[in-house]
Amino acid sequence: MSSLSTNPEPSRLSKAWNSNMAYSFRRNPVAVVSLAIFLIITVMSLLSPLIAPFDPYDPAQIDIMNSEYPPIWVDGSDAQFMLGTDDQGRDLWSTILYGTRLSLLIGLCAVGLQAFLGISIGLISGYVGGRVDSLLMRLADIQLSFSTLMVAIIFLAVTQAMFGSETFNQYAVYFLIAVIGVAEWPQYARTVRATVLAEKKKEYVDSARVLGFGPLRIMVRHILPNSLSPIFVISTVQVANAIISEASLSFLGLGMPPSQPSLGSLISSGFDYIFSGSWWITAIPGVVLVVLVLVINLLGDWMRDILNPKLYKG
Amino acid sequence: MSLLSVRDLSVKFAMRDQTVTALNHISFDLAKGERLGIVGESGAGKSITGFALMNLLSRPGFIDSGSIHFEGEDIVQMSEAQMRTIRGNRMAMIFQDPMVTLNPVLTIGQQMVETLQAHRKLSKAEAEQIAIVKLREVYIPSPEERLGQYPHELSGGMRQRIIIAIALLLDPELIIADEPTTALDVTIQADIMELLLELCQSNKVGLILITHDLGVVSQMTERTLVMYAGRIIEAGRTREIINDPQHPYTQGLINALPQQTLPGQRLKQIPGNMPGLDAVPVGCPFAPRCQFAVDHCRTTLPELVRYGDVEVACHEVNRLHETRTEDQSA
Amino acid sequence: MLAYLVKRVFQAIAVMFAISLIGFAIQDNLGDPLRELVGQSVSEEVRQQLRDELGLNDSFMTQYLRFAGNALQGDLGTSYFFKEPALDVILKKLPATLELVMGATLIIVGLSVPLGVYTAIKPNAILSRIIMGVSIIGISIPVFLTAILMIFVFSVEYGWFPSFGRGEVVHVFGSWDTNFLSADGWMHILLPSVALASIMLPLFVRLIRAEMMEVLQSEYVKYAKAKGIRPFRIYFVHALKNTLLPVITVGGVQIGTMVAYTILTETVFQWPGMGFMFLEAVNRVDTPLIVAYLIVVGFIFVVTNTIVDLIYGLVNPTVNLARMGA
Repeated sequence: MSSLSTNPEPSRLSKAWNSNMAYSFRRNPVAVVSLAIFLIITVMSLLSPLIAPFDPYDPAQIDIMNSEYPPIWVDGSDAQFMLGTDDQGRDLWSTILYGTRLSLLIGLCAVGLQAFLGISIGLISGYVGGRVDSLLMRLADIQLSFSTLMVAIIFLAVTQAMFGSETFNQYAVYFLIAVIGVAEWPQYARTVRATVLAEKKKEYVDSARVLGFGPLRIMVRHILPNSLSPIFVISTVQVANAIISEASLSFLGLGMPPSQPSLGSLISSGFDYIFSGSWWITAIPGVVLVVLVLVINLLGDWMRDILNPKLYKG
Repeated sequence: MSLLSVRDLSVKFAMRDQTVTALNHISFDLAKGERLGIVGESGAGKSITGFALMNLLSRPGFIDSGSIHFEGEDIVQMSEAQMRTIRGNRMAMIFQDPMVTLNPVLTIGQQMVETLQAHRKLSKAEAEQIAIVKLREVYIPSPEERLGQYPHELSGGMRQRIIIAIALLLDPELIIADEPTTALDVTIQADIMELLLELCQSNKVGLILITHDLGVVSQMTERTLVMYAGRIIEAGRTREIINDPQHPYTQGLINALPQQTLPGQRLKQIPGNMPGLDAVPVGCPFAPRCQFAVDHCRTTLPELVRYGDVEVACHEVNRLHETRTEDQSA
Repeated sequence: MLAYLVKRVFQAIAVMFAISLIGFAIQDNLGDPLRELVGQSVSEEVRQQLRDELGLNDSFMTQYLRFAGNALQGDLGTSYFFKEPALDVILKKLPATLELVMGATLIIVGLSVPLGVYTAIKPNAILSRIIMGVSIIGISIPVFLTAILMIFVFSVEYGWFPSFGRGEVVHVFGSWDTNFLSADGWMHILLPSVALASIMLPLFVRLIRAEMMEVLQSEYVKYAKAKGIRPFRIYFVHALKNTLLPVITVGGVQIGTMVAYTILTETVFQWPGMGFMFLEAVNRVDTPLIVAYLIVVGFIFVVTNTIVDLIYGLVNPTVNLARMGA
């Protein structure tokens, strides 16, 4: 092994790995379609200010007189509202675009936070070992034994009661990201820790240490790349779960307020009208939510089959 | 009539893009009570032979062609239900690693009793009595207590003894032992082999011992097959094969034995590696590693033919034998 | 065994202590108990006197100890809205929630094992593919959406099932009224139970399938085949028992999640359980009830987790409970 290039293997490995993945991706129609739908939803929601015919945040464009128009393929519709309008007279198509953007944003940021916390804690736990390790893993056990959704519901309920709905609504996005992001770190931490423990024994980590690299560099440059596939697999599932959690919390009125609707709060506001026949306010955002979560889950399944990482169990 | 008669047995593995051949037209016989060793490096097809004889190949492996006659009946043609009456009953198998062979959540007693009850109408109490007798035969101390214990409460050597006892439960005609001691401590390996030999001899059970260790084969078996890349390349009586190996590969294996090396000398390893199943060369599969190979070896596959007391698959066997005799006389 | 039990109980007490601290902190900061008692129109002097009498001017420690002491005696304060002891309010609502959880658990346990085992044994069968396909759709639909969909289809469109409430319940004893003893009760509990099970069932089917497939690849399963054991016994004795061990652990965690999902299900079906009550309490800022709910739910979590751990230890022979206690 040449001492100059300390890290030739991961790059070669990652190339082979990438091409292999690309190959199996092309051969899997479900994965291709899922990714395509995911990208379409993502891009459209990101571009919502450009493609949405109305701005649901602009009170001037909302007229309560327009409320509860059905989609254009149903009798009694209004041609300017393709998917109809909601209970407040907002164009449903525009509101869904904006809402999807919000749901995706919260989901991705929350998982980013989870991953950041979990990976850091896992690396520290595995690398330092000893008491720090057992304390952190004990905490992970306890954290895992409480359901995230339960913790989130209680935290958000208390916060809302404490600050009042007005202040709460203003910062709802941050509260949601924080509570979904903090509660699920153990998943990452355990997996990363297991990889660290396995990799720590290997030769190249020793040689890097002998060469005088500090622990941070060794972890980031040498150990982390080896935990990438489990992190990938966990992350896709976690994004799907985070989006579901956000929607559930918003549905309970503990998340995004109706004035800044995410998919969950849209479904929630439509639920009151389902008995009066205005099914579309609930159904259409519901379909978008399910399709979004489904394609992410399908991609996660495919990735798990391909990468087949050793995920931490029990 | 021989106990076991294998003819032209081929096993293939259906991989994603291709089908590879793991066993290539294997033929051999085993007489009642005879002990046969199958030797070779890992990947030569030894273990696959063992599982094929039990008709237990798991996907993607399958028997492609050939026949395995066990007491006159062809196992390859048997239904799963017929086959089940043979497995564990007339033909028993001892697996490699006793630490993972026994089911961790069932007691030793449960795992012995279920084997007996799978083949004979016995009450639990009757089955346990037989189990205790067999445990005693393999020198397990206080066998009554063992029945209630779980595998993890016992050492590796103890577990392998129990597995041998399970193999003997139904007085089979044939035991297939696949590297039965490789996973064990060196100190108890010899004990287990000795026990296996003693029990096979006293019960007149046929044994197929799969191993990479020629030393073990020479102590345990009467006949030996040497396998390389899914083929038999040399077969004959163990004594002859050990004392006068004909195939360059067998010679290499014997030269690599520690006993053949003087203290301080390096072990004489065969250079190179066995080809993977998807990259077996045309001609003699051993040719790329063989120092005696000539052009002919690289183009034409040698058949297994009788040469003196043994059968050997090598084009150059005559020449090699002559040079060797000259060397010795010189 | 005893040492392990003691250790586990000790840990449970520690977690309950942490929960009670959180509960107390909420109690202390959320809402003004004085205003709830006497309203706004009382002079500052009287307020101070009342605060002294109620012990609201004592140190944090003294107040917490009083809170914890009362809690241990079952006194979790008085609900502002119901004007009743908070614990009584919750205990009245508890049976409705527990019956819902029971209904869902029956569905999950009854279906996940056969479906999971079948898809593992015959991974390529058409039925398996359908089950797996439906299961991934199942885990992608949030519980509240399933609930809404079911109401829309079975109540609004077809009118087969009632859309809200518990319907006709039969009194058993104490505060326990059951849905399971009347036809109307069954009609009412069916949709909510299915909705509650809808995300957990596919999760368990997939978990059991994955574990089972791994176990079927193990040496001991091959060995059982080599002994001539029948497939039925291999699947259901050799493999399933090993499969269920990790499933038990996950199951323990999921019981907690299920309690969270009851809040969603109860909201959609207006099921008069403690989840529905909790959301109402949040909207009314009924602090004692919120805190009481937190403590009761925390208690349920801790108890179920402890029990699941003990069961795991008893079922798995390789876990030496005596040694784990050391």
